[in-house]
Amino acid sequence: MNKTLLILRHEFRHMMKRRGFIIMTVIVPLIAVLLIGVSQLVSGIAMPTVEAATIGYVDELGGFQQYTSQGNITLVRFDTPDDATEALVKGDIKEYFVIPPDYISTGVINRYTLEKQLAASSATTTAINNFLLSNLLAGKVPAATIARIEAPLNLVSTRLTETGAVAPEQGGYGSLIIPFVFSILLALSIIFSSTYLLQGLGEEKENRLIEILLSSVSARQLLTGKVLGIGAAGLVQVAVWAISAPLLLNLASSSIGGFVSTIQLPANFIALAVVYFILGYLLFAVISASIGAVSSSSREGQQLIGVFTIPALIPLWFTSLLMFFPDNPAWVFFTIFPLSAPVEAIMRLGVSEIPAWQLVVSLAVLVLSIIGILVLTIRIFRTYLLMYGKRPGIGEVIRNLRSG
Amino acid sequence: MLAVEVSHIEKSFADKVVVDDLSFSVAQGEMFGLIGPNGAGKTTTIRMMMDIIKPDSGDVTILGEKLSESTKNKLGYLPEERGLYKKLAVLDSIIYLASLKGVDRRSAEEKADELLNQTGMLPHKGKKIEELSRGMGQIIQFIVSIIHDPELVVLDEPFAGLDPVNTELLKRMLFDLKNQGKALILSTHQMNEIEELCDRILMINHGRSVLYGDLAEIKSKYRSNSVLLEFEGELGEVPGVTEKRTHKGYLELVLDGNTTPQQVLERLVSRGIVVNRFEVATPPLNEIFLRVVGKAHE
Repeated sequence: MNKTLLILRHEFRHMMKRRGFIIMTVIVPLIAVLLIGVSQLVSGIAMPTVEAATIGYVDELGGFQQYTSQGNITLVRFDTPDDATEALVKGDIKEYFVIPPDYISTGVINRYTLEKQLAASSATTTAINNFLLSNLLAGKVPAATIARIEAPLNLVSTRLTETGAVAPEQGGYGSLIIPFVFSILLALSIIFSSTYLLQGLGEEKENRLIEILLSSVSARQLLTGKVLGIGAAGLVQVAVWAISAPLLLNLASSSIGGFVSTIQLPANFIALAVVYFILGYLLFAVISASIGAVSSSSREGQQLIGVFTIPALIPLWFTSLLMFFPDNPAWVFFTIFPLSAPVEAIMRLGVSEIPAWQLVVSLAVLVLSIIGILVLTIRIFRTYLLMYGKRPGIGEVIRNLRSG
Repeated sequence: MLAVEVSHIEKSFADKVVVDDLSFSVAQGEMFGLIGPNGAGKTTTIRMMMDIIKPDSGDVTILGEKLSESTKNKLGYLPEERGLYKKLAVLDSIIYLASLKGVDRRSAEEKADELLNQTGMLPHKGKKIEELSRGMGQIIQFIVSIIHDPELVVLDEPFAGLDPVNTELLKRMLFDLKNQGKALILSTHQMNEIEELCDRILMINHGRSVLYGDLAEIKSKYRSNSVLLEFEGELGEVPGVTEKRTHKGYLELVLDGNTTPQQVLERLVSRGIVVNRFEVATPPLNEIFLRVVGKAHE
């Protein structure tokens, strides 16, 4: 068998048996389940089924008698604030508000409650709002118009193609979720895999196995086999996560079920996602290998690799900005800059469309970076892999690149 | 065809010359000693031979060609500092590293069993490397360096850290390899250790060759003009002997320039002295080293 393949197979198997790798593969879906559970719990507490409540009010202005039933909330009129306070203290009503005589000119409503709150709940606010609105308009406009004034906008957007037909892919938050989840998985897998690659190289460097390996195979075979072997294991990991995702979404369906049904994937998403995933992984793998070559220990290497993994995560930090300002030129930069390109491109696919030229440039820059770094790494690999205990300065590395 | 031919190699690290214009060759079926003190440049020389690092200038030819993937398969190497995958089982480690030398799984397994048996390590073959003692790990690495039946075996400090039993075992196995016609290069700073093993040596200091050639010739060239004697009876004055040095259990007789050891022996026998040991004194290698290096310093 080809020696590169032998190294690939060994690294793949070695990786699949690593305790850390197995834990990571299992723990990510578990954390997702936990997060979904927590969010269901929290949203359950924050939005209890609106129970029937009675709210008192004192009408000092006059004219607010009708529409006292607002959904589950019933409004009860009191003659004076003292009566209302008494009912509140006795627990007959949950809270009460006073419509002062100068309400028409000021709009001020005074609300009284026994509870300590940040603000009135939205259900209460809506009920009071509609009660006031309906009474103010009563008799002046038809009831149907009152209902429309209460909720004047129910926006339904449809995206058309250039020919005027309805576009097959409609956008919206539903199409963002898969790219978003995918880019998080990509970022995680890049970080884990590059850490494993660094650890492996560091270990072989520390126990000098590297000398035996290099007396059997070339630096190119060793690096290629390692990068591809650990990459294959990384793909298996992501596949496990991807397969568990639909199951998890089912679990979550009670809280975001309606939302899941709106999910739409951009047509070219799957193909581009796979391409970006593989290129993104390869880029970080060759960077890890070159850092593994120049750093004296695996710990030092892991500190150095952080400098490179942070740009990969930047697009995730700016998710909300990307959602609100999808046309900002900054995203073009992040799409083309190789370190952030994989995650950024996948996210942008979910938010808006990426012009073809940007995709072409982005992919070309990625491929060239990978090849360039790989060639440089093989050159410096030999020189530094055997320099133990001393990390070369930048100037020295550059000198060696020239002469290597 | 020579097993190794090194001509005029040089290597510097950060302006420090580590190997300076070194040339030597090793024939097939030869046990060759690469000796010198710590930091002399032995390991760097070996790494250049193994294609782990490139020389700044000069050429290395292994088994008649420049080192390539196919020549690497005919090469066995035991690095100075040892290590294997700690979490991997003994047999798996051997098979993986053998596969990188082009040995298929089944032959590797058979050969591994044979070598493990020979070294008494068979009961440990399922253990993880990290469960082995240092010496045992070293034996496993030695097995790794010879499992693919290499034409040339390079061993860097092979006896360091081994107990006397394993040292003897290793020496026996090295002789076996030599008898099979393999070329062996032993590198060590403990010069006396390999005196009994090597046919020829290269002694280096500060990256430069200081002595190179047949070990017996070198030793005879540097022999002091004296004989070692163990005897019974009364010695008295012996003509031609200028000085008598008493050592524990034997006597060293320093001869004058005109007397040969043969003449001294005849004189002793003619006086009826019972000779239990009569030996032309040759200095140990490290003494020769000190003399050569001392001369270079003068």
